[in-house]
Amino acid sequence: MAEGGDRMKPKITCESITKVFPMRGGGELTVLEDVSLTVAENEFLVILGPGRCGKTTLLNIIAGLQPPTRGRVLVDGAVVTGPHPDVGMVFQGIALFPWKTVLENVEMGPRLRGVPKRERREKAEYYIRLVGLQGFENAYPHQLSGGMKQRVGIARAYCNDPKVLLMDEPFGHLDAQTRYQMEQEVLRIWEQERRTVMFVTNNIEEAAYLADRIVLLSSCPARVKAEYRIDLPRPRNYTDPRFLEIRQEIAANTDLVL
Amino acid sequence: MQAAGNGRKVKVAVRNLTKKYGDLLVLDDISFDVRDGEFLCIVGPTGCGKTTFLNCLTRLIPLTAGEILIDGEPADPRRHNLAFVFQEPSAMPWLTVEQNVRFGLEIKRLPENEIRERVDRVIRLVGLSDFRHYYPRQLSASMVQRVVIARAFAVNPDLLLMDEPYGQLDIKLRYHLEDEVVRIWQELGTTVLFVTHNIEEAVYLAERILVLSQKPTKVKAEVHVDLPRPRNFADPEFVRIREEVTEMIKWW
Repeated sequence: MAEGGDRMKPKITCESITKVFPMRGGGELTVLEDVSLTVAENEFLVILGPGRCGKTTLLNIIAGLQPPTRGRVLVDGAVVTGPHPDVGMVFQGIALFPWKTVLENVEMGPRLRGVPKRERREKAEYYIRLVGLQGFENAYPHQLSGGMKQRVGIARAYCNDPKVLLMDEPFGHLDAQTRYQMEQEVLRIWEQERRTVMFVTNNIEEAAYLADRIVLLSSCPARVKAEYRIDLPRPRNYTDPRFLEIRQEIAANTDLVL
Repeated sequence: MQAAGNGRKVKVAVRNLTKKYGDLLVLDDISFDVRDGEFLCIVGPTGCGKTTFLNCLTRLIPLTAGEILIDGEPADPRRHNLAFVFQEPSAMPWLTVEQNVRFGLEIKRLPENEIRERVDRVIRLVGLSDFRHYYPRQLSASMVQRVVIARAFAVNPDLLLMDEPYGQLDIKLRYHLEDEVVRIWQELGTTVLFVTHNIEEAVYLAERILVLSQKPTKVKAEVHVDLPRPRNFADPEFVRIREEVTEMIKWW
């Protein structure tokens, strides 16, 4: 089980990423410091970190939405210089277009890329079925529950055919039970679609449930603090003694951010 | 560890609580007691009417039928002290930490020396003594939530209602704050009714757990948690209770 992220060629490589923001009134804030990691093809990698420092910035840099201050990101060996369709993002705030229906939201990516209507409809319908929202194609976001909205966000990200899916605390706003349900869903979809996933969370239980591998970050500035390979079979059991042991081990190593 | 509630007088009695919106029956004839100084957790499936339930308890909305008695008298927000901690931090942004905590006590027109004593005590209990002159915007979200919790405990409420106050915090921080709330509760002896979706949290905190059903909501079961504190989430008995409660509300 020791093959790690290098068992195949890396899908994503982050080389010594540092990000420094200028502060109002002078001074600087370093949110990422010398973060290096690789993600293997089809791996489910969870980035776990306490507090509010660095995790989203790291995803934004990988997606090409922000440049790093130092270091570089490679996707399939090519340096990331700006936003690119190989990377899909599921946002914490869900970020659906409120004036568009479920179907129109999901087909947005292919539509912007000029995919013919029939083809993109077919594809959107496939992903809507995959996330279990058939029958809601013509509903608007405000008519859906929080869990359903995030399903739309996931379908929209997949529908654009990204090679890599970045998920930024997608279940952060959901209650504990809806969260369990969504965690199962996201694994089912990942197992069916086999895509490289980078999933950010501050929830240790969620990380241990989902991940092939967990990269634990320190609190501000975020550095890579530890790495855990989770080799429990799936579906995992939240109350299995080994699962709880892993949780305790990670919790003991996590910074407490008040 | 005594079994929850045994030997303590009934502080809050809920009798046949029923709430309808038009023809929609949300709360269906709910009855239970809360003992003086008890820590009672309420769990239930998502969408089971927990918020309606809390809003009825505080009389924010009228009941369709039933009654709520505090110390044997009908609950009345003008007479009884009901404190509420919401999921969203609700500190007043234009007041400092200390002024936020003083607020309720000043409304009650308590003597200044008592106000000062109580304020100092709860601010110390939540570990914010060094931040008493800060404004909420200068604090992290979890610190603001602790200000709200201090404010709620400060009024010595007859009943403190907490609606999932630690919903979105990371596990490490959650346990830290849960330990803090247990410590304050043990020191002040407040009667606490704590609503959560998180069953592990309920087992960690409660002396007793009420499990609600799907709508129309009834009390489905009552589970006593006699484990010593601080509790360990990996302890087999802890896990057994957690699984038992999960089984009762599982819908996913």
